[in-house]
Amino acid sequence: MLKTTSFVAAVSVLASAALGPSVAHADVKIGFIATLSSPAGYIGEDERDAFKLAVDEEGGKLGGVPIELVVEDDALKPANAKQAADRMIQSGISLFTGINFSNVLAAVVPSVIEGGGIYVSLNPGPSTFAGEKCNRNYFVASYQNDAFHEAAGLGANQLGYKKMVLLAPNYQAGRDAIEGFKRTFKGEVLTEIYTKLDQTDFSVELARVRSLSPDAIFQFHPGGAGINFAKQYFNAGLNKTVPMLIPSFSMDARMVAALGNAADGVYASAIWSTEIDLPQSRAFVASFKKAYARTPTIYAQQAYDTAKLIGGGLHAVGGDLTRRDEFRTALRAAKFQSIRGKFAFDVNQHPIQDYYLTKFELNKSGEIVQSIVSKVAADKHDAYVAQCKMD
Amino acid sequence: MILFLEQLLNGLQYGAMLFMLASGLTLIFGIMGVINLTHGSLYMVGAYCGAFAVAHTGSFLAGIGAGVLGAAVYGIMIELAVIRSLYRRDHLYQVLATFGLILFTNEAVSLLFGRRPPLMNIPTMLVGSVPVAPGLDYPVIRLAFIAAGMMVAIGLWLLVNRTRLGMLIRAGADDREMVDALGVDIRRIYTIVFGLGAALCGLAGIMAAPLLAIEIGMGEKILITTFVVIVVGGVGSVRGALAGALLVGMADSLGRAYLPQVMQMLLPPSTAETLSAGLISASIYLLMAVVLLIKPLGLIPVRHA
Repeated sequence: MLKTTSFVAAVSVLASAALGPSVAHADVKIGFIATLSSPAGYIGEDERDAFKLAVDEEGGKLGGVPIELVVEDDALKPANAKQAADRMIQSGISLFTGINFSNVLAAVVPSVIEGGGIYVSLNPGPSTFAGEKCNRNYFVASYQNDAFHEAAGLGANQLGYKKMVLLAPNYQAGRDAIEGFKRTFKGEVLTEIYTKLDQTDFSVELARVRSLSPDAIFQFHPGGAGINFAKQYFNAGLNKTVPMLIPSFSMDARMVAALGNAADGVYASAIWSTEIDLPQSRAFVASFKKAYARTPTIYAQQAYDTAKLIGGGLHAVGGDLTRRDEFRTALRAAKFQSIRGKFAFDVNQHPIQDYYLTKFELNKSGEIVQSIVSKVAADKHDAYVAQCKMD
Repeated sequence: MILFLEQLLNGLQYGAMLFMLASGLTLIFGIMGVINLTHGSLYMVGAYCGAFAVAHTGSFLAGIGAGVLGAAVYGIMIELAVIRSLYRRDHLYQVLATFGLILFTNEAVSLLFGRRPPLMNIPTMLVGSVPVAPGLDYPVIRLAFIAAGMMVAIGLWLLVNRTRLGMLIRAGADDREMVDALGVDIRRIYTIVFGLGAALCGLAGIMAAPLLAIEIGMGEKILITTFVVIVVGGVGSVRGALAGALLVGMADSLGRAYLPQVMQMLLPPSTAETLSAGLISASIYLLMAVVLLIKPLGLIPVRHA
């Protein structure tokens, strides 16, 4: 046994010597905590697969540095994620990403950054960490949560809606959605309807919408509730008279597949769509489809970009994460080609980026795609950056 | 007025859906004395089996058949494998075992059908709306839901009160040992009751599938409301389940429809909004508390000799 181990060690030393500059270091470990079980498991699956795709395309490397991805499932439970993070920190991992939900993120980020580790968020950007509590060890490569809803408000202005009804579930993210929308929407809000968090049937709310006959509605219902809402909206025939506007994570590629034609004609604010006219995006969509035989969701795009961003940082320090300051500076410079187009970090290390108004519609081959209608905001900052005093 | 009528219909439709779930649960709880948390999972199994059949045959009737049959078969399987050995145990054991079955079922379904929610369109015969009153068009599928609920109510009433099996079920609920001693295989009757409850769940699942997301864990969302229904109605009583389902359905729907407006008339807007949102979420539990204060055994408790 001992013989074998030392033999393997000898071979790997020889092998890494042959590889050149990375000789001093073992593979860089990245802690990837994702929601892989629970109904939202498909989201974590897409994020993990897209991240892996970026690593695989480089032959197991990011930015020329060999990577070992340590994946753990949080089952959408903050406590699970915290335990997983603590275990990983103890095993010496100092670079983390993967979490998809704001409440899970809130449980993990403090322990990672207090220990000097770095967290790069590939999806949630809660307001809590965007303003006063911004931290130099915490990066958000996706968006600040409110910005999506603010972009939807801008989209509503562009579409010329004057009177709208807003609907969201009665919890923090739902209230944030409505606040964010109202921040930029210039017309009149006829009423705000708060639904129950576990509500599955929306007939009552739809009847109210019909009786108020607004120009359009803005609604935010994530996951299954979003499918329910859109299906019932379509069934009630409301889509013919009252257009629906949503933030695009309320209707990802999986949800569109479950909705069929009920998705046709829905407007959404977005930072990216499979239809965006950029060569790097087309290449990503093609290679994701080839590798996994399904259409990538927005979550996949964000995870892929996050991997590339991390790759840029690792390249700058040659995979040596102990050069923490240089690594952070390199991340902040964001030297990577984002598949969503332009990307830069703001003072609070959240993105400055473009937002689009998109529309789900049938294309020539009879599939529902999310086509770009217009750009509603260019180089948009988030609402909290002024409160951030980065040390 | 038209809006009020529409909201009443919405309440009725929600009540019909709750009744299909609650009638089975109340029979199992009342007659077999088993707290069955897996009940919601059977609803999910029905929806998945139905959607699978519809996707492969294109016929909604085949979907109904597959949903009902799939849920019933799965129900009977878990009765034979797990529930059967728990009849004489404490409720805590049953809660633990059936909670475990929820986790098991969720994972089993995601292994079999995948995690992506399947697509299920509204069947062509139930597409669109029909006028039910001047100026009020109501979706056909929701009317079909109400009709299905009524048929289940009548069917169950006939089954329990007019058939030999119903008589045995009632007798078994009152005195298990005596029925056993008279040479009736009570275990077989329990299996049938469990299968029947499961079949009704499957029916609710496949009826709801065109309107709802068919997803892992869809049953847990409805399970607690179903328990509220049977507690309000009186545990073990099918008539109680009907009354409870209608009451809870109406309270929930009308509360969601009118509480915000009423609150806005009485209070300043900012408090009204927060308070009404909270009250809406709590409305059915408030209803349950009030009912239990007045009638501790529920609206229509089972009469025991």
